[in-house]
Amino acid sequence: MTATLDRPTAAATGSVVGAWRAVWLRVEGRWTWYRRHWTASLLASGLQPVLFLAAMGIGFGSQVRPGPLTDGVPYLAYVAPTILVSGLITVGVTEAGLPVLSGFKWKQDYWAVASSPVSSGQLFGAELVWIALRLTFGAAVYLVVAAVAGGWTSAGALLVPPIAILAGVACAAPVMAFAATTKGDGHVFAAVNRFVVMPMTLFAGTFFPVERLPLPVRPLAWISPLWHGNELVRGAALGGLRWWPALGHLAVLVALLVVGIALGRRAFQRRLVV
Amino acid sequence: MRSDEAIISGTGLVKRFADFEAVRGIDFQVRRGEAFGFLGPNGAGKSSTMRMVSCMSPRSGGELRVLGMDPDRKGPAIRARIGVVPQQDNLDLELTVRQNLQVYGRYFGLTRKEVRAKAVELMEFARLTDRADHDVQPLSGGMKRRLTIARALVNDPEVLLLDEPTTGLDPQARHLLWEKLFQLKQRGVTLIITTHYMDEAEQLCDRLVVMDGGKIVAEGSPAELITRYATREVLELRFPPGDQHAAVDKVRDLAERVEVLPDRLLLYTEDGDAATTRAHDRGVRPISTLVRRSSLEDVFLRLTGRTLVD
Ligand SMILES: Nc1ncnc2c1ncn2[C@@H]1O[C@H](COP(=O)(O)OP(=O)(O)OP(=O)(O)O)[C@@H](O)[C@H]1O
Ligand SMILES: [Mg+2]
Repeated sequence: MTATLDRPTAAATGSVVGAWRAVWLRVEGRWTWYRRHWTASLLASGLQPVLFLAAMGIGFGSQVRPGPLTDGVPYLAYVAPTILVSGLITVGVTEAGLPVLSGFKWKQDYWAVASSPVSSGQLFGAELVWIALRLTFGAAVYLVVAAVAGGWTSAGALLVPPIAILAGVACAAPVMAFAATTKGDGHVFAAVNRFVVMPMTLFAGTFFPVERLPLPVRPLAWISPLWHGNELVRGAALGGLRWWPALGHLAVLVALLVVGIALGRRAFQRRLVV
Repeated sequence: MRSDEAIISGTGLVKRFADFEAVRGIDFQVRRGEAFGFLGPNGAGKSSTMRMVSCMSPRSGGELRVLGMDPDRKGPAIRARIGVVPQQDNLDLELTVRQNLQVYGRYFGLTRKEVRAKAVELMEFARLTDRADHDVQPLSGGMKRRLTIARALVNDPEVLLLDEPTTGLDPQARHLLWEKLFQLKQRGVTLIITTHYMDEAEQLCDRLVVMDGGKIVAEGSPAELITRYATREVLELRFPPGDQHAAVDKVRDLAERVEVLPDRLLLYTEDGDAATTRAHDRGVRPISTLVRRSSLEDVFLRLTGRTLVD
């Protein structure tokens, strides 16, 4: 037979790798999958914000004259930073929903990982890092396209991608936790998209200032992570960002991420270790 | 290392799901290098036990040691040294055969070079070399099962846990797999197998426990169990369903024990042919008769009052 069978009994060759290496190895597994299937998900991860930029910033934006409503800059420059935040949040939430539920339920590859030395917490970390990498790729493409289109007016634009990625990952983490507790067939994620992500995209300051909203609904925008991200990127790209508000917005996003990670690790553990 | 050392031992092992007790305090020991079986009907608690031993499911009570370690504290270290074949395949259907092996191998800390070589070797083992770079999705059920088993060998495990390895395989594929498992055993790999096929248990297991309702109801080698719980031979008298009851009283004293099944009577006796003749002399007229050796099926029937496979 094969070489395996001729050898006398030996100790197993497997070993426990360090936590970060375990995360990395799982990301590598995801990459193996992605290399084979990247075309199918390119639209979701890479191009969606670019399409929004083309439609809203360049197409619709050509009809909008610069004025007080746009902080005095062309509409393209006004929405270029925020469209990235909103786009990455949408992609992050999408990737954190059905695909994660599938890992437990249909694709079931999480169970295979659970039988290896990689722990449930490391698996969660890897899935989140993987989403972050996809968002980074999308942000890089967007940065270039928006530059070519003339959407950036200052070097502050370089701060936009990291902030947008943070916002996307911060929203993805709690959604992953939610997905890990979901038992049904995933219709709930369509509802999340319809009733949370969509309204947030439209009304949290991406396309027009929140101050234009009727006063009673404005708090809804203020509690959305997207608004905090938008305030940060617009301030960074157009100037006028002040320290204290900036730290406040950043703190909200970081807090969301930290809570999401804690909940996600616990949810993965509860679902996989039964 | 002593060959009779217990590589796995459970004492009063319990698994609870909410307030349901799936495993209700079982004691067992598996020695290094042996093939150990859990035999039992659906819902007996076999998979629950396997999942505890493979350190994927924490125990709810009792003691468990695997490779001398406590799964609660050393789960990853134990998993690094064992191989797990779950009851249901969980291959990545969107990857190729080769990628499935390589990606999984990496989780065990093997280098890229190591997993490349290992994948080639294991595809040979699973006779899937010609499908190496094809997607897993369209493979037949038997091929997927073989790949799952091959994947579990990626870390050269000291213990291989197989939860119903041959369910869904055709007879030829089953025999092929038994042969492979036998080779692994000769190499010194400890095998733990669950099954509800008696022939499988008899073929593969040095020792086995019979589980029913979350408990172990008997333990021993297949031959021991048959000697202890059944007679040498069994006479099967087949009747049209329902008619068998009328014959029970006529044959009761011809055997040590008579089992009444929906369509037949089983007479446990040392001499089946003699019993056949005497039953005929008493005017018992079954549709057909069959004398056979006792098997684990009979042991199971004796222990639980139920047949194992319908
Ligand atoms: N995750 C779970 N949650 C609740 N109950 C469970 C869970 N897993 C198993 N059970 C229950 O525990 C009992 C034993 O199940 P188990 O899968 O261990 O049986 P089994 O012997 O492997 O059966 P089979 O031959 O059908 O595979 C069953 O009644 C089952 O419904
Ligand atoms: Mg089972």
